[in-house]
Amino acid sequence: MDNTVKAKSVDPAEIANFAAMADEWWDENGKFKPLHKFNPIRIGYIRDTVIDHFRLQTDDAIVKLKPFQGLRILDIGCGGGLLSEPMARLGADVVAADASEKNIQIAKVHAEKSGLQIDYRHTTAEDLADAGEQFDVILNMEVIEHVADIEGFIEACSTMLKPGGIMFIATLNRTAKSFAFAIVGAEYVLRWLPKGTHNWKKFLKPSEVARLVRNNNLSVRDISGATYNPFENRWHLSMDLSVNYMIAAAKL
Amino acid sequence: MTGKLNKVDVLVVGGGLNGLPFAIAVASAGLDVLVLEREEPTHLVDAEFDGRVSAIAHASRNLFRACGIWDHVKAAEPMLDIRITDGPSNFFLHYDHRQLGDEPFGHMVENRHLRQALYARAAEIPTLTIKAPAEYSEIVRDCSGVTAHLVSGEAVTARLIVAADGRNSPIRKQAGIKSVGWSYDQMGIVCTIAHEKPHHGVAQERFLKPGPFAILPMTGNRSSLVWTEQTERAKVIMALPEPEFHREMTKRFGDYLGDLKVVGPRWGYPLNLHQAERYADLRLALIGDAAHGMHPIAGQGLNLGLRDVAALAEVVIDAARLGQDIGGGTVLEDYQRWRRLDSVVLLAITDGLNRLFTNNVVPIRIARDVGLAAVNRMPKLKGLFMEHARGTVGKMPRLLRGEAL
Repeated sequence: MDNTVKAKSVDPAEIANFAAMADEWWDENGKFKPLHKFNPIRIGYIRDTVIDHFRLQTDDAIVKLKPFQGLRILDIGCGGGLLSEPMARLGADVVAADASEKNIQIAKVHAEKSGLQIDYRHTTAEDLADAGEQFDVILNMEVIEHVADIEGFIEACSTMLKPGGIMFIATLNRTAKSFAFAIVGAEYVLRWLPKGTHNWKKFLKPSEVARLVRNNNLSVRDISGATYNPFENRWHLSMDLSVNYMIAAAKL
Repeated sequence: MTGKLNKVDVLVVGGGLNGLPFAIAVASAGLDVLVLEREEPTHLVDAEFDGRVSAIAHASRNLFRACGIWDHVKAAEPMLDIRITDGPSNFFLHYDHRQLGDEPFGHMVENRHLRQALYARAAEIPTLTIKAPAEYSEIVRDCSGVTAHLVSGEAVTARLIVAADGRNSPIRKQAGIKSVGWSYDQMGIVCTIAHEKPHHGVAQERFLKPGPFAILPMTGNRSSLVWTEQTERAKVIMALPEPEFHREMTKRFGDYLGDLKVVGPRWGYPLNLHQAERYADLRLALIGDAAHGMHPIAGQGLNLGLRDVAALAEVVIDAARLGQDIGGGTVLEDYQRWRRLDSVVLLAITDGLNRLFTNNVVPIRIARDVGLAAVNRMPKLKGLFMEHARGTVGKMPRLLRGEAL
């Protein structure tokens, strides 16, 4: 779009490059296909849990489309904005952060094209916490398995959560099954993800994540598994936490 | 409305019997919808424009009810009984709605009454705008959206465009989606008959040699006639002066409803069948006749289109409530997977029925006579056929079950 190029500090050629990369992020049959397939299930989980947690009213048709109006949401490790954009469409005030400047540029270009207002920042959870930012909802979806200092990270997130707020963590379990599915299956056999995307040893068990959040004065409200059904080519919520799981934890 | 016409969620091209129900369904769920219709709305509700009567299957009525359309339908005749006979033979298949519960198989509604009801309902929805008469000059679809340039000079952008622009769908052609099909060399002659005696809600479908001859109950002592003939012969019949036409019609109709009188004009519709190779493209979904057309033998044309309406409305609204891009590939893929197989199967069944019943080879004739009588004695198989007539077979979208989106 025209007005993105107007910013003086940004090279137009660079923007074109980001736009091409944005197309790649957002191509539902491209490199990030697994994330696109997984997106509806995790958004549905977040939506229903948030509506339930804040007892949001959803009687009216328009409100059903924008139930998150008035909520300030932080999306950590937002990548190309695959989760930030739906949150903004659902009516939330979204701040989205990523440690990769490239990702932030990509996400900005795409949000502009989608006509969405999202506050994308090239920063970290720790810096946001230091700046005193506060949020109703914090999303850590598929990020903690890539974080170096997990304890510092969860602590930073917890301090940014308003009292009564809720935090989501989605990640991979450290089990034989997750090794078979997420590493061998997804990276080597199905080639869903580039080899080396995940380091299995850094995966956390649900009990370990639960302990981390409890140490930061959060209480676990729900733990759900997400299971892939290859016959339907679809993800479902389940009780099976052995590969992908999501935790919702509230600040008292 | 002029000047403000810039950005909507969904653009529907074609404000007909599929386009409007879809627009109403998604707009009443809160999406901003614009419908472009070529014809003048007052023209569309004129009996001279479309004299056809539609059989609204039970499931389709559920959709109309769930969308708040049914209450606006002025006149609907319940179809309580369907009698299917094979030409001169005495065998017949008898569907009685009471075998499936209290609800009738469906209702016969004049298309103009349907259109009136659709316009009345549309007017109640603040997020729905109908622009008619209106034409577009160009439609551009890309990754980030759809832009339609109207002949009036206005432009509108949307996340998703829905083509409900009929069997020759210019939008389908522009998208390069091929449609395969064939013509039957048959025409349907359609007219309204006033008769002396009441029809008691009984629909008759007779498989005569040149094709099906259907008598469908309308309100009052009236029935809608759908009379299939080979094309050349149909043209001759269509051109007959009133007394001769009346004589030919009466010969086939019989005298079970007493004296007959043709009221209003006769219409002739060529019969053909087609199926689009895909129901979706970048930011585009095809519904109704734009996606498929069928032989009207089983009265399923509109009902099949309404299945598209219900399925697409459901995937679009579910995606919107997840904050997803409603014109994105995942949504359209879900729609296509849900609908296409279903319509291929129904098209094949009706095509097969037509070929079976217009065949005059003696063994086939005997086989189908025995077959009809046999189906009548096999409750399970008959139940399935009846469910099909009511449109309640297959994975049902919420609207067809009468539930809200």
